[in-house]
Amino acid sequence: MTEAPRSPFANGGLQMSRRGFLGSAAAFALAGGVLSGCSSPVGAGLVGTAIDPGTIQYWNLFGGGDGIRMEDMEAGFEKAYPKIGLESVTLAWGNPYYTKLSLATIGHKPPSVAISHLTRMKTLVAADLLQELRPDDLARFGMTADKFNQVAWKAGLVNGKVYALPLDTHPYVCFYNTAVCKKAGLLDSDGVLKPIEGQQAFLDALSRAKQASGQYGAVIPITNEVATPWRIFQSLYSQLGGQVLADNGTKIVLDDDKAQKVLTLLSTMSSKGLIPSIMDYQGSVALFASGKSGFLFQGEWEITTFQTAKTPFSMAPFPNVMGGKYAVQADSHTLVLPKNPQQTSDGLNRSLTFAKSLLDQSDTWAQGGHVPAWLPYRDSDKFAKLKPQSYYASAADSAAYDPEGWYSGSGSDFEIVIGSIIGAVMAGHSSPQSAIGEIRKKLQVLADTAPPI
Amino acid sequence: MTTTEMTAPPPRAAIPPAETTTTGSPRVANRRVALGFVAPFVVLYLLFVILPALYGLLMSFFDTSLVKSGLGAFAGFGNYTEVLGSSDFWESMWHTVLFTILTTPPLVILSLFFALLAERAAHGRWFFRLAFFAPYILPSAVMALIWIWIYTPTLGLLDSALAKINITAPAWLGDPNWAMTSIAMATVWWTLGFNFVLYLAGLQEIPRELYEAAAIDGAGPWQQIRTITIPMLSRTTTLVVVLQVLASLKVFDQMYIMTAGGPNFSTRPALEYIYDIGFTDYRVGAAAAASTLFFVLVLAASSVWLILTRRQERLAS
Repeated sequence: MTEAPRSPFANGGLQMSRRGFLGSAAAFALAGGVLSGCSSPVGAGLVGTAIDPGTIQYWNLFGGGDGIRMEDMEAGFEKAYPKIGLESVTLAWGNPYYTKLSLATIGHKPPSVAISHLTRMKTLVAADLLQELRPDDLARFGMTADKFNQVAWKAGLVNGKVYALPLDTHPYVCFYNTAVCKKAGLLDSDGVLKPIEGQQAFLDALSRAKQASGQYGAVIPITNEVATPWRIFQSLYSQLGGQVLADNGTKIVLDDDKAQKVLTLLSTMSSKGLIPSIMDYQGSVALFASGKSGFLFQGEWEITTFQTAKTPFSMAPFPNVMGGKYAVQADSHTLVLPKNPQQTSDGLNRSLTFAKSLLDQSDTWAQGGHVPAWLPYRDSDKFAKLKPQSYYASAADSAAYDPEGWYSGSGSDFEIVIGSIIGAVMAGHSSPQSAIGEIRKKLQVLADTAPPI
Repeated sequence: MTTTEMTAPPPRAAIPPAETTTTGSPRVANRRVALGFVAPFVVLYLLFVILPALYGLLMSFFDTSLVKSGLGAFAGFGNYTEVLGSSDFWESMWHTVLFTILTTPPLVILSLFFALLAERAAHGRWFFRLAFFAPYILPSAVMALIWIWIYTPTLGLLDSALAKINITAPAWLGDPNWAMTSIAMATVWWTLGFNFVLYLAGLQEIPRELYEAAAIDGAGPWQQIRTITIPMLSRTTTLVVVLQVLASLKVFDQMYIMTAGGPNFSTRPALEYIYDIGFTDYRVGAAAAASTLFFVLVLAASSVWLILTRRQERLAS
């Protein structure tokens, strides 16, 4: 966490005498009135000016390894542009982050640049909280549409207009334990996972891995966890070409047959003991790291965990299990510029300079597993040599993003509602049939609510 | 707000009968002076309490959005029926009530217990008073951080202490069955000091002679507590209980910071439900309806207090 600037009350504020208090109150009033252009945070707060007009305020939601790599990239920017100040704030991700970002923007005190998931960015645009990025402005900094991953770029357009610059795509992928999978005969002569196609091949691979590991074929967190059950469901369901919502979330278009197929497969996996039926997120990571499972299906961000743990592992795209057109659940981190009534052309240039600098450091970012959206790097030899990242990079081109809707997107109410029901099927607490009914019932409540945007 | 009830009513007619003046009757002049004194409070109260409350009530009948200007489309009682039919709302209301049930008895009984002990301490009485009151002055974020560290799995103070005596600790904040209790325990430590001070003040108002007389009659310490201290403290107890119920019903900060309402919404209080639908979902109209319903609950709790104190005063006089 970053350390907030110390307030003038931080030292012994409680022992402050009345005279001392009145004195400093008067001083603040003076500071507010006379030094309104001054960059002191208190003065700026009192009169409502920008804290430091020449500084970029940057909000992000990265913790763990991502947070460290983002700090490296921020340091890289500061080194390249020592004259532009950068103030970075890291906030807890999920709903609290988007709530703070929305409220700061509504209150006319937005950060200059912020990270947003592509699936949440759509809601921010619909709420009229983001600046449109004009193509000629982007072109001045060499950020033209053709330089970005086309799937992420097109998924981010709203009515053909650009509001977000994709930094990466983070697909749902397949981690496999090379020692276990070798024993199970699932690797080719180069030690790379042989392609798995179709339901039968998928279940076979899991049973062989189960025998080899002696415990489980695969591990998927389902206890106290809603995002992962949704991710595997969305991956399989999209391979059948299914959609969950339409018309911006006001209509439910769940295909019962397709959903039934996917949920039946998921419940079979746990009833046959191929995956554990009680497993939380931390436990799933620990189980895979200790070699008690052949596979882990999760977002690629866990790569650093297993590299640090020295687990014998590699990665592949999540297999095409359902046999349709290949698709896999994914989201993208994007850079957005919240609407700011005080935006100047200098401010815009500073923000775009910063965005470009982050994209130029895609190599640092890719270490953490995210598939870079910046093609000049992604198509380079340097990335091709980055393993195991380059093994699954193609998954980004088949990304199935969360459906559009004001209550949808990464970490949203939608994921919580549908993910917990799917999790219950995987844990063996409910049948696919009753789960479909419950999904319909619970989503209908959200779909029927008058959209606030 | 509630502390104003604790002060005694000002003596009536303290002003001597006025000499005749040319500027109208003295009573009118007094009233003007009084109004002048009250005005700053009334203006602030109107601006920041009454008007926003009325505006909230108005919003609750509209599909007001946080990100659109104006009230939005008229919804009639739509927001109310939606909120009343939502299991999330009832669950969060129950969490608030459960938290109140979990925190009020220990916060009343323990504070009385510690006040009695601190009152009896022969030396260093100031130290005990400070020790119990000190946590109360911590901001909620600081208190939450301290307890997050204490509750940290395996490495935390509590887990390592329990491990020494071979007890496997539960996941204090991670287990839905424990999270509410854990937050309640932290809250008891945090806010005990306030009730403690009220009880100390109450104890000092009990005349010494009563104890002396009881001692002469041969009453032991426990008997003195049971027959003198506790009955004489009954008014303080009513005050403490009701202030505590109201404070517990308002719970938000420590839950939002320590668990963000989780795991799996098991510690989401009513206020966080309102916050979530109002600020996260942008649906301030529905949030206003939920807060109006919550307001009714708090109002009911406050009315109970009013009735209780009225009755006590009638009995006393």
